Amino acid sequence: MSETAFLDRVDFAARTGEDPNRGRAAEVFRAHGWPTRADEAWHYTDLRASLRSFDLTLPTHDAPDIGGMIPRTATPKVIFVNGRFDESLSALPHFVRRFDHRAAARADRALPLVSLNAAVANDGIQIDVSGGTDAGTLFLISGTDTPSQDMLAPFHRIAVGAGGSLTLIEVIRGAGRYMHNVVVEIALAEGAVLRHYRLQDESIDAVNVTTALVDLREGARYEAFTLNCGAKLSRYEAHVTLSGPNADVHLNAAQLLAGTQHGDITTVVAHRAPHCASRQTVKSVLAGSARGVFQGRIEVAQQAQKTDGYQMNQALLLSPDAEIDTKPELEIFADDVKCSHGATIGAIDPEQMFYLRSRGIPEADARAMLIRAFLDEALEPVTDEEARSIFEAAIDVWWQKGVL
Amino acid sequence: MPAVTETIETIDRLTDGGYKYGFETNIEMEFAPKGLSEDIVRLISAKKDEPEWLLEWRLKSYRAWLTMQEPNWARVRHPRIDYQDLYYYAAPKREAPKSLADVDPELISMYDKLGIPLNERAALAGVAVDAVFDSVSVATTFRESLAKVGVIFGSISEAVREHPELVRKYLGSVVSPGDNYFSALNSAVFSDGSFVYIPRGVRCPMELSTYFRINARNTGQFERTLIIAEEGASVSYLEGCTAPMRDENQLHAAVVELVALDEASIKYSTVQNWYPGDAQGRGGIYNFVTKRGACRGRKSKISWTQVETGSAITWKYPSCILQGEGSSGEFYSVALTNNYQQADTGTKMIHLAPNTTSTIISKGISAGHSNNTYRGLVRIMPKAHGARNFTQCDSLLIGDQCGAHTVPYIESRNQSAKVEHEATTSKIADDQLFYCRSRGLSEEDAVGLLVNGFCRDVLKELPMEFAVEAQKLLAVSLEGSVG
Repeated sequence: MSETAFLDRVDFAARTGEDPNRGRAAEVFRAHGWPTRADEAWHYTDLRASLRSFDLTLPTHDAPDIGGMIPRTATPKVIFVNGRFDESLSALPHFVRRFDHRAAARADRALPLVSLNAAVANDGIQIDVSGGTDAGTLFLISGTDTPSQDMLAPFHRIAVGAGGSLTLIEVIRGAGRYMHNVVVEIALAEGAVLRHYRLQDESIDAVNVTTALVDLREGARYEAFTLNCGAKLSRYEAHVTLSGPNADVHLNAAQLLAGTQHGDITTVVAHRAPHCASRQTVKSVLAGSARGVFQGRIEVAQQAQKTDGYQMNQALLLSPDAEIDTKPELEIFADDVKCSHGATIGAIDPEQMFYLRSRGIPEADARAMLIRAFLDEALEPVTDEEARSIFEAAIDVWWQKGVL
Repeated sequence: MPAVTETIETIDRLTDGGYKYGFETNIEMEFAPKGLSEDIVRLISAKKDEPEWLLEWRLKSYRAWLTMQEPNWARVRHPRIDYQDLYYYAAPKREAPKSLADVDPELISMYDKLGIPLNERAALAGVAVDAVFDSVSVATTFRESLAKVGVIFGSISEAVREHPELVRKYLGSVVSPGDNYFSALNSAVFSDGSFVYIPRGVRCPMELSTYFRINARNTGQFERTLIIAEEGASVSYLEGCTAPMRDENQLHAAVVELVALDEASIKYSTVQNWYPGDAQGRGGIYNFVTKRGACRGRKSKISWTQVETGSAITWKYPSCILQGEGSSGEFYSVALTNNYQQADTGTKMIHLAPNTTSTIISKGISAGHSNNTYRGLVRIMPKAHGARNFTQCDSLLIGDQCGAHTVPYIESRNQSAKVEHEATTSKIADDQLFYCRSRGLSEEDAVGLLVNGFCRDVLKELPMEFAVEAQKLLAVSLEGSVG
């Protein structure tokens, strides 16, 4: 659908009454509209085109039963149903509260989807881990099952105080046809640690665009892994800013796509302070006529001397119709740095296949084994066992669907 | 050497000696009026006595250009170019020379100063030269010995007269006039350039070379080069460029088209040393060039090698379209920017046919306040089974005021294709520098040596005479950036 149709349907006037920031954000989005390939940041993902067949509305329906989408072990947990916080299903620890979304509104000319989220966000949570405490593991689960074509726009804010730490496991599942436009803002104070694991396993008819805006102060550490295997079209966009010295980010991702799925992983790691390190390993496994996209930019500002930046992205094409487009970028203004990126694209190595087959391993198993090995490197920062088992289960389900 | 001379030379070297081709030659020139219009296009065509089809082609290009926008996606900044404030045609006044003896001695001495062998001692160098002065080809050497084996080498204006069927068949077949803003402009007003035709099965007996020189003030240079290698033919072609030092910027928008048929091979080497502007970033050439080769035939090969040290702004992406089965494309590049230079350069490798291969080796060096960007595209189309690409882009930063950027686009639509890309950015290693310094090399010499080492993979692809020149050029271009 055209953005005007959707924008007209959203009663911005009423929303502006709620909060002037929303009106401003709506204007910024309206001026830009849905991103298209003409936007360099969306060169390989035409969001406008894929929303053409959508008839987006904002959600008004009752909550469905999403019990089956929640991992059994999950506790403590924050549960969102159809984009709204569900108190009865959640088990909130003391450092989590429902977020007053009006404080979230933030327009960003360069990020139209963030502006749109700011204009219509209707729920979210705020996590505040106080300094010096280890808050353990928290589940953030989003289950969607909606009869209408809703745009769900939650906004979450996560803050970890100096020296504090948290493990956050996000599971996003759903059924039906809808669009998720999520924004997560993360602030890590001096020496704070956040392990952030995310499984996006949306409905195969859904569109998921998630923007993570992460800021790290001195000595902070952000260890992230996201696995995208759901949605007709998904885009995971992470903007990580290293604004204090000696901060460290590990930003890994993988996508498993089949059929006509389109998956886009876009990262911008901005080194703004000296002595920081960034590591990225991104893997795409593409079957059917799926199309994978990876765009990753490492920016090094002039003052960010002694930066150590590394990025690797690899794609495995499992079928003749799959396509991968990658654009790893370096933008460097400091001279005393070590930055590198690498990219490889190819099919399963026939020699490795032959090796396994000649040892009596059936073809399907051999393929599965090689693909698992391929993904392993990206899974490396997932040290949490619970998170790892969720990812491994998701990967198993993926090939049981018969994509191989 | 007497101390005084030595001192003078040292001072020369440290001041503006950096660009030794900055002199201007006094030659009577003929200009068309300033500005661009259909009339100017007609005038250029009439001056060159061109056939009707070519005039029509130029006019079509001009009209296409009018509808187009100057591209703005490259990482370069410059004031708006006033296309009406340029001369689009400038030629030495004398009649076209019949032999070298007729060439204006002033011109010969200029090319001597540049170290380009136009006269008979060229025999020793064994290189055939086509010299293009502003808009016009002034001399071509060794034409006869080339003609004996059937090689056609000369200016494109002559080719239009003498071999219209070849020109008509291939001109614009690789870079169509509407391809981009600058190629449309070039197609409308191109004045001269080189034409090379290597017949079937012939291995060109010597290196062919073109020397481009911008001399006149306020002129744009728009040359057009067309090289055709028939089945089984091979040729190595060199291109060099210089211009006088001036405060204002000058526009250079060339188009180069290469066509390689079955099993043919073309090696195209460039040492681009247009005036880069002074240390404050005043003046210099805007080098907006479209270079593309089509590997049309089976197992054909096109190899681009470039050493880019000049120009205030470089906007250049020599590309290969790999249409023939098993054809291969190569791109070896060194781009060095210093002071306020800006370079946005790279390549495109479009794999259309099965078993095509491409190699990209790019070395970028940024110093001073310059910005140096590698921008490249590797595209594997669905029919390119078994295609193979390897890309390596390394950047070196000298000083903390410059920028080095890498923007590769990699697109694969074939499962059996294999694509590898790697890029690094770093500064000159302290331990290497220390090693050289402790052996008595000055810091500047040490950096020069290490930079040459960094570029070795590319420099070794250059023909020998050029490799020596290129090494010197790198050292000269880096002057003032160290310490």
